[in-house]
Amino acid sequence: MNALARHRYHRAAPVVLVLLLLAIIAGVAAAVSTASSADAATTATADDVTQGQKLFAANCASCHGLDAQGTTGVAPSLVGVGAAAVDFQVGTGRMPMQASGPQAIAKRPQFTQDQINQLAAYVASLGAGPAIPTAEQVDPALGDPAKGMELFRTNCAMCHGSIGGGGALTQGKYAPNLWETTPTHIFEAMLTGPQSMPVFNNANIDPEGKRDIIAYLKAQDQGSPGGLRLGSIGPVAEGMWGWLVALGLIIASTVWIGARSS
Amino acid sequence: MGARLDSAAAGTANYVDERTSIGGFFKFFARKLFPDHWSFMLGEIALYSFIVLLLSGVFLTAFFVPSMTEVTYDGPLATMQGVEMSEAFASTLHMSFEVPGGLLMRQIHHWSALLFTAAIVTHMARVFFTGAFRKPRELNWLVGFTLMILSLAAGFSGYSLPDDVLSGNGLRIIEGVTRSIPIVGEYISYWIFGGQFPGEILIPRLFTMHILLVPGLILVLVALHLFLVFLHKHTQYPGGGRTHKNVVGLPLFPVYTAKAGGFFFVVFGIVALVAALFTINPVWNYGPYDPSPVSAGTQPDWYILFVDGALRLMPGWLFDVIPMEWELWGYTLSLNLLIPALIMPGLFFGFVALYPWIESWATGDRGEKHVLDRPRNAPVRTGIGVALITFYVILVMEGSNDIIANLFHLSLNDLTKFFRIGIFVIPALAFWITRRICFGLQRKDRELVLHGKETGRIVRHEHGEYVEVHEPLTDQERWMLVSYEDIAPLEIEPEYNDRGVRRKGYRWDRFKQRLSRIYFEKRISPVTPEELAEAQHAHH
Repeated sequence: MNALARHRYHRAAPVVLVLLLLAIIAGVAAAVSTASSADAATTATADDVTQGQKLFAANCASCHGLDAQGTTGVAPSLVGVGAAAVDFQVGTGRMPMQASGPQAIAKRPQFTQDQINQLAAYVASLGAGPAIPTAEQVDPALGDPAKGMELFRTNCAMCHGSIGGGGALTQGKYAPNLWETTPTHIFEAMLTGPQSMPVFNNANIDPEGKRDIIAYLKAQDQGSPGGLRLGSIGPVAEGMWGWLVALGLIIASTVWIGARSS
Repeated sequence: MGARLDSAAAGTANYVDERTSIGGFFKFFARKLFPDHWSFMLGEIALYSFIVLLLSGVFLTAFFVPSMTEVTYDGPLATMQGVEMSEAFASTLHMSFEVPGGLLMRQIHHWSALLFTAAIVTHMARVFFTGAFRKPRELNWLVGFTLMILSLAAGFSGYSLPDDVLSGNGLRIIEGVTRSIPIVGEYISYWIFGGQFPGEILIPRLFTMHILLVPGLILVLVALHLFLVFLHKHTQYPGGGRTHKNVVGLPLFPVYTAKAGGFFFVVFGIVALVAALFTINPVWNYGPYDPSPVSAGTQPDWYILFVDGALRLMPGWLFDVIPMEWELWGYTLSLNLLIPALIMPGLFFGFVALYPWIESWATGDRGEKHVLDRPRNAPVRTGIGVALITFYVILVMEGSNDIIANLFHLSLNDLTKFFRIGIFVIPALAFWITRRICFGLQRKDRELVLHGKETGRIVRHEHGEYVEVHEPLTDQERWMLVSYEDIAPLEIEPEYNDRGVRRKGYRWDRFKQRLSRIYFEKRISPVTPEELAEAQHAHH
């Protein structure tokens, strides 16, 4: 007990503690960052298509029809939408749709990546459509964030906000925040135009351009050099914080300064 | 040591005084009395944030290049590498990412600009609701009003300087609004931008306006504002012994000098803390100005947001039948811009500027007022104030409609429909409810004066009656509740005299009488000494 107390007050103790803390932080960060890497683009087999058809019949056919030809006024035909559309819609949990509303809401995916690939293989077998991009096509490290910034600004920012913080559309629809979206899903969304989003095909923005946009969005992961970014939704949030926090704190201190009088 | 320091200080003071006679001034200012209340420090917040603006602004001018010359970015920011931009934008990036402390200074400057305008509005609200604008302070209200307008000009011109997409869109709206002025709008727009929007001359012009013209005017008017405060003496809240003819308070030195001096550092400290923790105006997100892109969440800083809101609120077609844009003799008349962006702010600000005179027409009182009103004792004024704030807040909310819709999962279209009706209905409701609350509070005050405070103690008399014991108010408390003025509606002379001749100025008098009736027709009078005596007699 005495020995412990002596060591606790050792000159090196603070340094050791700080190093220990840094080691823990670094370890946790490493564990978290390795956990979020995934692989895509596996080749589909005939068995995948059969499995996919079964999954489709059980989970999707009630709206999209047994042959994925769609139901008027309920769900579109999936012939020709391609594997990319399935990977995006099912992979982000938008499909199967939880409830009808202004638009399908992203939630926890209901299928494993293998099942999604099987579904995608089935839908792709119905008609030619955009395929799931390869890992290289969506690698932000290979993209040019400055070119991405210019492309994003002209094509995406009017709905998703200047750095992808999200924004409102008409009649309760909205453009979601893109910070948590995986590079593959961002690529697929551009390619297939889910919900209210327009299609940005490869003639419109070429695959390199799409990768640049992904690089620009992933550059936002580092956060803002100016401090907390208040949702990056522009001056409205800043104004609210100015009134509530800055002026609020100062008025609280005027009350404190003036408390002993009047 | 102490004695030597004292004698050195006294020696220096004497040296200066013998050559400038400044001692007399010091005595005058040091003994000037000020009443104390926390709400009297709101104007000080504005003053101090202005000083912070000047200090941080001087730092920024050392690095900002007010030029629209195109350059190619070559700096540490990966997302801007090789992008074409104006020198104004490039220098803003340079000061944010390469100058040590530059980003902090920019954020201090911008946060204190938001605080400056917010503090001015809060101070104005305090002056309004307590009636501090009444004679002899009407002119100082106008000086303060002009300062508020100048703060908007200072803010907007500074917001536009970095030449980013966000502020460029703001300028584009200003251009559209300017051009909606009938006949001369086109000329004014050409004159402002030196040709077609955006031109190449705007940033240098805005820079001169932002760092010289507007702050210079603000400094002069702040000096005038404070001089008039000294001249008129400060107003005081009602209380025992306080009248329109005296000031009850403490001398400026030493208490207030210490408090005010310390308070400057409180304001500066809080601004610096907020600026260190929270990003503001991240121009590197918006990118250099280019007329084509507009991003979601494009809004001006909060103090211009109400105009943006009015523009969003204005329908292009009235009831889907009457168009708001007309072609007349080859000219376009854009009522859908003119009404929300020029006529509405003109009427709103005009009413605010003229309010002291409007109220003086209603009261017909020529006396000087140095004791403030408790807001409840001026129910119509308080109601008008709350209605104005409500109107303003609805416009601000409509200006943020996309943010609100997104945050609360509402339909943008429904929100706008709601506010289109609400802008007329809700302020009227706010007026009515506020006035009712004021009357209720005044009745409660009467009740307190007449019957004292409830103690919760129930006593049973010998004959079986139960009564609650009420504790009478102290003289100080009673003064507070009965000292307000009981103003009756104006009585005016008849339209025709006894010889049947029509009196000049009768219409004007009748207007003032109508106004006066709105204000004072329904009122709760303070308890008179007779009523009090009677009530006390009834108790005992």
